Amino acid sequence: MTEGGSIMTTSGTDVSVESVVRRAAAAHRGERGALLPVLHAVQAELGCVPQEAIPVLADEFNLSRADIHGVVTFYHDFRREPAGRSTVRICRAEACQALGADRLLSHVRESGLTLGETSTDGGVTVEQVFCLGNCALGPSVEANGRLHGRVTPARLGAILNGTV
Amino acid sequence: MTSENTTRNTATVYVPRDAAARSVGADEVAQQLELAPIEGGFGVDVVRNGSRGLLWLEPLVEVVTPEGRIGYGPVTPEDVPGLLAAGMLDGADHPLRLGPVDQLPWLARQNRVTFARVGVTDPLSPEDYEAHGGLQGLRAALEMEPADVVTEVTDSGLRGRGGAGFPAGIKWKTVLDCADELKFICCNADEGDSGTFADRMVMEGDPFLLIEGMTIAAHAVGAREGYLYIRSEYPDAIATMNTAIDIARGRGWLGAGILGSSLDFDLHIRVGAGAYICGEETSMLESLEGKRGMVRAKPPIPAIEGLFGRPTVVNNVLTLTTVPVVLADGAKAYQDLGVGRSRGTQVFQLAGNIKRGGIVETAFGITLRELIEDYGGGTLSGRPARAVQVGGPLGAYLPEARFDLPMDYEALAEAGAMLGHGGVVVFDDTVDMAAQARFAMEFCAEESCGKCTPCRVGSVRGVEVIDRIVAGEQQDENLALLEDLCELMTDGSLCAMGGLTPMPVRSALAHFADDFVGRGDRRLLEIHPVQRGNTRTEGQA
Repeated sequence: MTEGGSIMTTSGTDVSVESVVRRAAAAHRGERGALLPVLHAVQAELGCVPQEAIPVLADEFNLSRADIHGVVTFYHDFRREPAGRSTVRICRAEACQALGADRLLSHVRESGLTLGETSTDGGVTVEQVFCLGNCALGPSVEANGRLHGRVTPARLGAILNGTV
Repeated sequence: MTSENTTRNTATVYVPRDAAARSVGADEVAQQLELAPIEGGFGVDVVRNGSRGLLWLEPLVEVVTPEGRIGYGPVTPEDVPGLLAAGMLDGADHPLRLGPVDQLPWLARQNRVTFARVGVTDPLSPEDYEAHGGLQGLRAALEMEPADVVTEVTDSGLRGRGGAGFPAGIKWKTVLDCADELKFICCNADEGDSGTFADRMVMEGDPFLLIEGMTIAAHAVGAREGYLYIRSEYPDAIATMNTAIDIARGRGWLGAGILGSSLDFDLHIRVGAGAYICGEETSMLESLEGKRGMVRAKPPIPAIEGLFGRPTVVNNVLTLTTVPVVLADGAKAYQDLGVGRSRGTQVFQLAGNIKRGGIVETAFGITLRELIEDYGGGTLSGRPARAVQVGGPLGAYLPEARFDLPMDYEALAEAGAMLGHGGVVVFDDTVDMAAQARFAMEFCAEESCGKCTPCRVGSVRGVEVIDRIVAGEQQDENLALLEDLCELMTDGSLCAMGGLTPMPVRSALAHFADDFVGRGDRRLLEIHPVQRGNTRTEGQA
């Protein structure tokens, strides 16, 4: 850990991002190798790990910006910008494939949505995931933290519309 | 709170809190029961247990009666009023009535050792845990010298349940023999393989068991700190384990002077961030250190230089949750189960297109056919089963002709397959095996850590070569090229990600060659392209 090094700020929004990161880092100080828990905490509060967080994290962890950038971009969970108001993740792993996960993907396409992207109105982000651990009751979909089993295209439609 | 009813003023009803049960409506069923109007002086005490693992019957509701726990399932919220009206709280007849759950053939035929308590108890009741044999293993271990605990585990024949099957006792002995002051116990709960969910179920259904297993390991090797690395895709398991750890600390099951002994041990949860490769033990260690989950070259082995360069036990959830039983009942009892060098029980997970999916814990040596047909009841679609992938996304696809293979480490290895973490994923005859082979390469390209070229680049080339084969371009040359690529990935990759990806590909080719070269209609090339997660390549620059 560095001792109170000053942080380069490039825009007015850095202040709040910086305070969030500093607080998260302080909450995990003393834990061994705490970068992942801190990144999770930052994302939980800001909805993503914004670019402005990188230099602050580098300072907190006494690492280069490239190191921090490398970690943030390695893991699928960390976003660079916030997701839509709801996030729907469709399992594409083998067990769900065996139960028709492809039909769910077709439904997504037919709904005008693109896997990995947020709808133009910012309402929903649809993503793929490899295994939610519900392999005997697939195909599985997770929506806003809630797991759904034996999902049919019709039910996925209701999930995407927010009616389930 | 889960003792049998002594007065008949309150009916005790079990509704699982397991994520799979919740995914098909268990919360709503529990809520309906809690709000049920009280009739005949009955109140309903709903206990949220783990799942028994009969997942096609979830939500499986159990009512405590003088005849034992009577099951009803699968119960939808809409079924609840009718069930209550029919007298479910007295165990009365109803089309959904299954009878005494313990006597259901599917369950009664199993040999539950690791899963003995899962679904039976309230997972977060320490009283329930002790009343059902919890802590016996730890108490026995604390009476023993560390080296004797290690010997007991070695003698039991317990092999790592994470997939590689390395003898647990030998790994522990290596750590015990290191002189370092600081050592770690790391539990790998990054269960990323499709078709596997046993780790999740045991963490949600019997969390104290994992704490007990890790504590025994700590005593055995002289560690005082432990890390439990759980994948972020398992929020229920994370929440349950967090609560269980707090309860355990409050009871003196963790912390300083555990159970009045001289053992100090504390346990921390770390949440992964969506990277399949972090299930590889050295990647997991890098991730725990706050780095990208890049695999390490071995040697040094983690037992000597593991987390933060210190001697570290890295075991899977099922390995560590089997240890308490070994210590409680002795090495011989465990050793007596199984076949050949595969001792004890294996927790098979039946998944995919199967009528009765779930957990089958039984001694090694059961055949695939018994699992799929006797337990599983065939496919869910009712069509013939055509292929079964055993051992996760890096495991082989086996055709019906191989269903009589006995399930043990050596027999499967001989057949060019692997047991892995015990996942069995069934596909019916609509499966396109060239598409599955392509997906294996695609998955490797997506999830490779990028450190070594055979895995990082080979997988991308693998997708391209399979596409050319399927499109009918120079098939013979491209098949030879694919075989060459598979050989290179097998021999040249740093870890199992690239090293085993050829297993599903080659097995698909060996057993289902027609799908690659013979079929007229191709849906393969229309498959949804894999989404590029974040900007992975930047991280690897």
